[in-house]
Amino acid sequence: MANLTLNVNGEDREVNVDSSTPILWVLRDHLQLVGTKYGCGIAQCGACTIHLNGTAVRSCSVPVSAAEGKKITTIEGLSDDGSHPVQQAWIEHDVPQCGYCQAGQIMSASALLADNASPSDSQINEAMQGNICRCGTYTRIKAAIKTAAKNA
Amino acid sequence: MSKEIYTDRRSFLKVSSAAGGGLLLGFNFMACETKPDIAQFLEPNLPIPEKWNTMNGFLKIGENGIVTIMSPNPEIGQNVKTAMPMIVAEELDVDWDNVIVEQAGLDTELYERQIAGGSQSIRFGWPGLRKAGATVRHLLVEAAAKELDVPASELTTAKGVIYHKASDRTLGYGDVASAAAGLEVPEEVPLKDPKDFSIIGTSQKNVDGFDIVQGKPLFGLDIYEENMLVAMVEHPPAFGMKIKSMDDSKVRSMPGITDVIRIDVEPEGWNPQWSDVNAYPELIAVVGKTTWEVMQAKKELKVEWEVDTELENSSNHTTAMADLLKSGKGEVARSDGDVDKAFAAADKIIEQTYSAPFLAHNTMEPMNFYANVTGDKAELIGPIQTAQFLETTLEAVLGLPKENVSIMMTRMGGGFGRRLYGHYATEAAMISQKVAAPIKLVYSREDDMTQGTYRPAYMVTYKAGLDAAGNLTAFHIKGAGIPGSPVFANRYPAGAVDNYKVENYKVETNISTGAWRAPRSNFIACAEQTFLDEVAEAAGKDPIEFRLDLFEKAKNNPVGEENDYDAERYAGVLKLVKEKAGWGSDASGVSRGVSAYYCHNSYVAQVLDVEMVDNTPKVKSVCCAVDCGIVINPGSAKNQIEGGIVDGIGHAMYSALTFKDGKPGQRNFDSYRLIRHSEAPDAIDVHFVDNGIDPTGLGEPSLPPIGAALSNALYKATGTRHRSQPFSEEVNLLG
Repeated sequence: MANLTLNVNGEDREVNVDSSTPILWVLRDHLQLVGTKYGCGIAQCGACTIHLNGTAVRSCSVPVSAAEGKKITTIEGLSDDGSHPVQQAWIEHDVPQCGYCQAGQIMSASALLADNASPSDSQINEAMQGNICRCGTYTRIKAAIKTAAKNA
Repeated sequence: MSKEIYTDRRSFLKVSSAAGGGLLLGFNFMACETKPDIAQFLEPNLPIPEKWNTMNGFLKIGENGIVTIMSPNPEIGQNVKTAMPMIVAEELDVDWDNVIVEQAGLDTELYERQIAGGSQSIRFGWPGLRKAGATVRHLLVEAAAKELDVPASELTTAKGVIYHKASDRTLGYGDVASAAAGLEVPEEVPLKDPKDFSIIGTSQKNVDGFDIVQGKPLFGLDIYEENMLVAMVEHPPAFGMKIKSMDDSKVRSMPGITDVIRIDVEPEGWNPQWSDVNAYPELIAVVGKTTWEVMQAKKELKVEWEVDTELENSSNHTTAMADLLKSGKGEVARSDGDVDKAFAAADKIIEQTYSAPFLAHNTMEPMNFYANVTGDKAELIGPIQTAQFLETTLEAVLGLPKENVSIMMTRMGGGFGRRLYGHYATEAAMISQKVAAPIKLVYSREDDMTQGTYRPAYMVTYKAGLDAAGNLTAFHIKGAGIPGSPVFANRYPAGAVDNYKVENYKVETNISTGAWRAPRSNFIACAEQTFLDEVAEAAGKDPIEFRLDLFEKAKNNPVGEENDYDAERYAGVLKLVKEKAGWGSDASGVSRGVSAYYCHNSYVAQVLDVEMVDNTPKVKSVCCAVDCGIVINPGSAKNQIEGGIVDGIGHAMYSALTFKDGKPGQRNFDSYRLIRHSEAPDAIDVHFVDNGIDPTGLGEPSLPPIGAALSNALYKATGTRHRSQPFSEEVNLLG
């Protein structure tokens, strides 16, 4: 077990965990930030996507030790009040069905838009390919990303 | 132009911070009778009531006119949590902006059929939800009549306000709610004329949408109660195996681990219900403090397994079904006229076989459940489509009376039929009882995908006879499945062919199976509608005209008595999609396929456009016509249709679960392929038939036909028929 200081959503948080624990489980089990979802545990579904220093990563497959000294942003920290353009676009397009994968989709989409303010269809596909939606909301997600790009 | 900023005020899940710093989720809706903790969920301009008046099981009205509507049924992504309260709100005649929606817990006295299954929530809920709203509106008007000292017949209502025109006086619902709650409830109340609907038929956003995009705790897996432990179970690696012995010495010494136990959720003499499907009732449970610690420890379990029954293989499954279909020894489910004679007289005979593999449900949220069984009480919270059946099971397994068992349904990260089978909740309860602690049972993705309860594997052989003019004179369907046939004997084209026969065959298995989004229809629609395309081609007819001719026959001169469809509504969606898609005006480079199907009481027809890009199919667009009667919430109804289409394309194209020596060959999304962003259609265009008929469901009906629209379009594009799912594994299609 190790005492680690993590910067999560702008705040320093102390945790005492085995340093090989994936960031996902530290967020969920130790910091009660449950917006980041478990879907596959092997970086294949994207439900656990967070930003590490602004880059979208699959938190189920990154040990917490790799986050020391870096900034973690989770869905809870994307905005204080749901006002991030991607969150707003998701509401505008009424994207979610079951909603379980959407935090991960939003984190991938917001990382994409931070990097590329007006992505093409193929750039959207490339950035979002790692996020599975079993309900099949892909066409709405793509439309919402375009709206968010326009409104950002 | 001002941009609307979306804020939340719709739905709440009572969340409070525990003294110990943990997150507590309280679901006991009856506990918030006076001062609900909802301030954080309301807009600043939507004041919190001081007092809620409970009007009936569906409605609470605050003294300030704010209304809480309970959503009775489980929410699995079909959006009934928005649609069902909309129906109540419509008849109550309240402003939807002043409505808060709460998920009801299981209460078999207050509510009927708290089940998510068969696309039936809206269809069955419709009369009761309307009556619940209309009854309370009636009571409010009665109370207002007393207060204003005028006859109730002189009062009208709109948006939560009661008017007396003659004296130009108004009362809000909140002003009279307390008095109305004390009035006698009438047996019958008048319902609105559908032409006066002002909420039904308007697009209202998902009541949980704002919480979802902020990552609020809504799902079973998000439950973290004080002192809660995490449990995981180890089941045998292969169907046909069971536990022989185990060595847990290493696991017990691992960090965070508190217990390793064996459980059997099927006590001797217990009579399981349909919802208790479970291939592995005997399990090993590892219990500990955190999820990751338990996951790590579980890997170190040393278990010796033993073979109990046959270890099955996919290759044998295929052979077994193919052999049976050729045996001619099926169970005849329907026979009209004489198919043998008709085939002998036919000018042309077409015969083809179609197949599909087992599928896992793969809800994005794996199976999980919270249970706290203490002494003579059990509290369960989690994702379940059939809470009322679970209650009966728990009563038997835990040995507790029903009234001591409480079940709260969380929002579910997908259902698709998987959570009709609540063994995981039973396991959670039994583990909690044994370790005497509140626990959350968590399945890993691998546990979830290899546990069973799969969509059965299917194979069907169709044979059609045509006369010289290209008329369909004989139709013979032989259906096989593991463990049962997918054929619905009384569905189209039954009733449209003089000589018609259905034979069913079944192959026994120890692999557990269950309902998977649109059971049986999810395969048979694809096979039937692909075959009809092949027959239409052989008849030299346009595929839509060929189908419409059959509906004419079924409508005007039906064969047999029991035909499970309305030929006019069925033909109606085909005609609508033909018009909306501009059928017959194919763009260059794009190939089109058509398909139509009726299941779960709704009619769907689709035209799919595909383009081959580097020998890989790209679905450009899907045009879809739907007849589900009155559409409650059009925006979200379209979302369901779109989802079913994407889901159906994905599974027909890419997904399969195979077996070797009883062991599933796919354990996670690296080997089990699900459709991803780039493979989804670029555009989906949905059109609803407006006919004012009572509403039917949408969770399933758009999925079954789309596989055939795809295969028929692929045939146009490549010249090859795709008859064996998943299509991407067939030769000459890279996928």
